[in-house]
Amino acid sequence: MRIKLTVNGETHALDLEERTTLLDCLRDHLKLKGAHAGCEHGVCGACTVLFDGAAVRSCLMFAPQAEGSAITTIEGVTPGPGELSPIQDAFCETHGMQCGYCTPAMILVAHALLADNPAPTRAEIVDAISGNICRCTGYAQIIEAIALAAERMRGANRPAERS
Amino acid sequence: MKAAPFAYTRAADVEEACALLAADESARVIAGGQTLVPMMAMRLARPTHLIDINRIAALSYVREQAGGVAIGATTRQCAVERDTLVKKRLPLLACTMPFIGHAATRARGTIGGSLAHADPAAELLLIAVTLDAVMTYRASGSDGEIAAHDFFTGLMTTSLPAGACLTAVRFPVWHGESRLGVGFHEVNARRSDFAFVAAAAQVALDESGKAKRIAIGVGAATEVPLRLATAEQQLTGGTLEEAKVAEALRDALAGHEMLSDLHASAEYRRRAAVTLAARAVADAKAQALGSKAHAH
Repeated sequence: MRIKLTVNGETHALDLEERTTLLDCLRDHLKLKGAHAGCEHGVCGACTVLFDGAAVRSCLMFAPQAEGSAITTIEGVTPGPGELSPIQDAFCETHGMQCGYCTPAMILVAHALLADNPAPTRAEIVDAISGNICRCTGYAQIIEAIALAAERMRGANRPAERS
Repeated sequence: MKAAPFAYTRAADVEEACALLAADESARVIAGGQTLVPMMAMRLARPTHLIDINRIAALSYVREQAGGVAIGATTRQCAVERDTLVKKRLPLLACTMPFIGHAATRARGTIGGSLAHADPAAELLLIAVTLDAVMTYRASGSDGEIAAHDFFTGLMTTSLPAGACLTAVRFPVWHGESRLGVGFHEVNARRSDFAFVAAAAQVALDESGKAKRIAIGVGAATEVPLRLATAEQQLTGGTLEEAKVAEALRDALAGHEMLSDLHASAEYRRRAAVTLAARAVADAKAQALGSKAHAH
């Protein structure tokens, strides 16, 4: 069936089998390999993308359900080629990743969290990433990364105070 | 982990969904997909035709109705979690919402989907049974209602008639209770994962602090959520002392067969059910007592 959807600002029309998951659509048809296929049944969180702004598991949606929707993958969060988003930057700086398998999803979850709540508490950060499994870091640096990114993003683009 | 092939139709309204369901007995409704898609991925479910009701706007709402709060079947769990009417009128449901899956599954998961699949570990089933919710459905042009205690009939099984589409759930509100408290507890491997045991309690106290009205439910421990009616009867009129509550809960659970799996044995589930239900009742009582202090 023919499906039209917008991914990272670009609109695509694709002919897909109905049973194609949104994850497989992104990875195999749009070659966006940043959405990772972990468990493929909604447990690990590695396939998380932003679906109309909300973090969702792309393995738990069939592509036809995404008709007309706007999706953001990790490839869509960078401000420009060769640059990193403040959240990606913070993950690098605090060693918020090791093997990198969970990282794109962690970063997208952080994007959704900070868009909604620019000053999350540690408990809110922990809750936000609770559905995403990381087998390397022990989570501490991931939490630190999101807190650092939040702090920087709060400080950014604020008009200078006039004396 | 790929689903078997199926046909897909995006239903424009409930009538279309019902007509498609009636035409193919292996067709299934898909709403948020957070229960159905994993089942399809593991080939535990192989529907021939998926009827997507996600875009039927008329099925997504939270509103006061018939002395209770009605929630449309496709209302997202994240919307219910944030809803002010739910917070005000259904404190037990409100305090349970954050335990349902994770933020990313609540963003897609719907109220009706969770109820219709009847996974025994689903918190919504427990709250529906504890609060005596009523399911409403549409089938062949007419509407029907089924009370929660008749709706869940076994593991992943409901009494929803063949060809019916669940349209809403209505939770009764305990009106006129000035000292109302609620409690919810669950145990699982990771916060918000499938519960091994969950317990919920809602308590209304009179002016002297005695239990006027009490509802206690245990979920995930048995094939369908349990209402501990005998414990409720025993404890009504009392002050909900810890030892008495635990004894009443133990007795109420005695005759029930517990589920057993590699995560939690039946014996463990029985002990945890008593402990968690006792904590839920204690929380509800403390909150009810506090709400008086708060009012003064």
